[in-house]
Amino acid sequence: MIAVYLVLLIPLAGIVFFALGGHRDDMGKLNVRFNAICLLATIWLAVNVLNQGTILSDNKAFLIDPFNVYLIVLTAFVGLTTSIFSAPYMAHEKELGKLTDNRLKLYYSMYQGFMLAMYLVLTTNNMGIMWVAMEGATLATVMLVSLYRTPESIEAAWKYFILCGVGIAQALFGTILLYYAAMQIGDGESSLLWSVLYENASKLNPEILEIAFVFMLVGYGTKIGLVPLHNWLPDAHSEGPTPMSAVLSGLLLNDALYAVVRNKMLVDGASHSHIAGYLMMGFGLLSFLVGALFLHRQKDIKRLFSYSSIEHMGMMTFAFGIGGPMATFAALLHMTVHSLTKSAIFVTVGHASQLAGTQSMDKIRGLIKTQPKVGWGLLIGTLAIAGFPPFGVFTSEFLVLLATMHSYPWLAPLLLLGIGIAFAGLFRHIQPMVYGDKPEGQQPVKANLWPVIIHLGLVLWLGLAIPEFLANWFSQATLLISGSTPL
Amino acid sequence: MNIEQTDFYTQAILSMAALVGLTSFLMLGQGRLLRLIFVFAVQGFLLTLTTVLAAYSLNNPHLYISAILTLVLKVIFIPWMLRREVLLMNTQRDVQALKNKTVVMLGGASLMVFSYYVLHPIVQTTSPVMLNALAVSLSVVLLGMLLMISHRQAVAHVVGFMSIENGLFFAAIVATKGMPMVVELGVAFDVLVAAVLFGIFFLHIRTSIDSLDVDLLNKLNEVDK
Repeated sequence: MIAVYLVLLIPLAGIVFFALGGHRDDMGKLNVRFNAICLLATIWLAVNVLNQGTILSDNKAFLIDPFNVYLIVLTAFVGLTTSIFSAPYMAHEKELGKLTDNRLKLYYSMYQGFMLAMYLVLTTNNMGIMWVAMEGATLATVMLVSLYRTPESIEAAWKYFILCGVGIAQALFGTILLYYAAMQIGDGESSLLWSVLYENASKLNPEILEIAFVFMLVGYGTKIGLVPLHNWLPDAHSEGPTPMSAVLSGLLLNDALYAVVRNKMLVDGASHSHIAGYLMMGFGLLSFLVGALFLHRQKDIKRLFSYSSIEHMGMMTFAFGIGGPMATFAALLHMTVHSLTKSAIFVTVGHASQLAGTQSMDKIRGLIKTQPKVGWGLLIGTLAIAGFPPFGVFTSEFLVLLATMHSYPWLAPLLLLGIGIAFAGLFRHIQPMVYGDKPEGQQPVKANLWPVIIHLGLVLWLGLAIPEFLANWFSQATLLISGSTPL
Repeated sequence: MNIEQTDFYTQAILSMAALVGLTSFLMLGQGRLLRLIFVFAVQGFLLTLTTVLAAYSLNNPHLYISAILTLVLKVIFIPWMLRREVLLMNTQRDVQALKNKTVVMLGGASLMVFSYYVLHPIVQTTSPVMLNALAVSLSVVLLGMLLMISHRQAVAHVVGFMSIENGLFFAAIVATKGMPMVVELGVAFDVLVAAVLFGIFFLHIRTSIDSLDVDLLNKLNEVDK
């Protein structure tokens, strides 16, 4: 149990340390250390769950079960590797004169603030606190999107703030309705605890819960980036600093989806109409197709990959919506591999745009000739995200496709079409950027590509063989969410 | 249901719901920014009264803390900050908002009917009073969104944003006698941070586009120009 508190206290200490401490040159390294200690704490937590099974803290405030434990470790891991990338990246941005010392302080402090909000969303057992933490994540990142203070970045941050703020207000209304439904069967402060709600789900009024779920899906769906609530996402990703894009895509979207699925479990327990699933399938498929189509008309490299995130989040939402054991298993796996691959891609994209001096894809050329590691990293990352075997994304997309053919065969062609469109959309842009001659005067930048290598290595590993403990967690989580195991 | 037969608390809640709904409509049709902020403060004050009433009638002391938080944040701090901003920028009118007032008001009325329609299944589990209260809160949320759509000034957007919060708060007080204490403190903290961030944003928007007209924030989109 101490591990949970450690996971939350370390980033809290980080916020205070960076916010109140004076400016120092080694803040990037310290940020890495904070994240490294936190990763150790999450591993300790994971080992506890591995030995004892689900942990519910004494005051019932925190719940760690197989569904969130791997997401917690994943969050800490991506947080650490991105911070390793961010240290030299931000130092370089400062050399270019884009940042001042104070803004760098704000950046590191809010980096830890964002991590804290993410851990809180995942560990808390209280649906109200989950909402508070989700809103907290918006508040922490909004100043980071406008970190460069250009008119575009301020516009992006304003859009992000207003859209996500208004969107997530809907989720609070849903939470209030959920609490209202819970108060019909029992009173007191404990009625908003997920573990209590889950036990009593069959007694909750199904109609109120269905209305509540619509609000939750719209609210948290804004954060997932579901079409048509996705407008903030490409702007925020393209205008903020690249490490922020990596954690937004890799972590925030996942955690918002996590919140939706937690609520879906309650609704499924109360009503048997499968309405939550249909809603998720509809929104998911729409986002998937729109995301894939929009890949084609992008000009900015970071916008390109943020549309790719919309597309993948759509696919996960769709898979959770189908709801069978195979689809759920696939969605859980896809959450992991997408998060690892996408953050790796954003790391290489950051280096690529730094060495080309622009984010415009028309001007980024000859990456492999300038700096082979960056060029190959981007190419292999794109191969992985497009769903090439033997990477993990292929495995999960293949499973989603199988599950769709099994349950809704008439949707499978749409899914295949979307995958094809997305593949073409990514490669028509990537190929001219990595191959070809380098423009004159393009120099390699100081880059640390270990995060990319480790992430893509893990994705490859997950594509070839899923380690037994992880497969066990996925199976148990699938059992929890869909009611039966995939194997 | 005969309203005279219900107890004092229920009657009071119903009148409060009506007044809160009314303030939302007043804000919707308001083209002058200072008056908009004043109506917003009145709505905050009505919420404070509702909270105190609920705390007293239901004997729930932690609601007094919520009432104080609401008073400080939504009646004093946020209106003060917005008023300062308006006076500083000298943009007292939102001319755009006055152009299609009729359509916006009709839209607002239909949103209210829509809220009743959406929440109607709730009647099965409770009295029609609760339906009224919840439907009014939902319509305050939706009217807040409509306010943001129909107005062009950043200040009006913040008022819309915060009045959405007001609608949610009203729902929490009336339907569920307040959320658990931790959650309420968390929400109040988020609102406070959001208000401070809005203040910082005004500064940035002002220095970057020299106006608080959000229509000028239109550089990022998917349409080729």
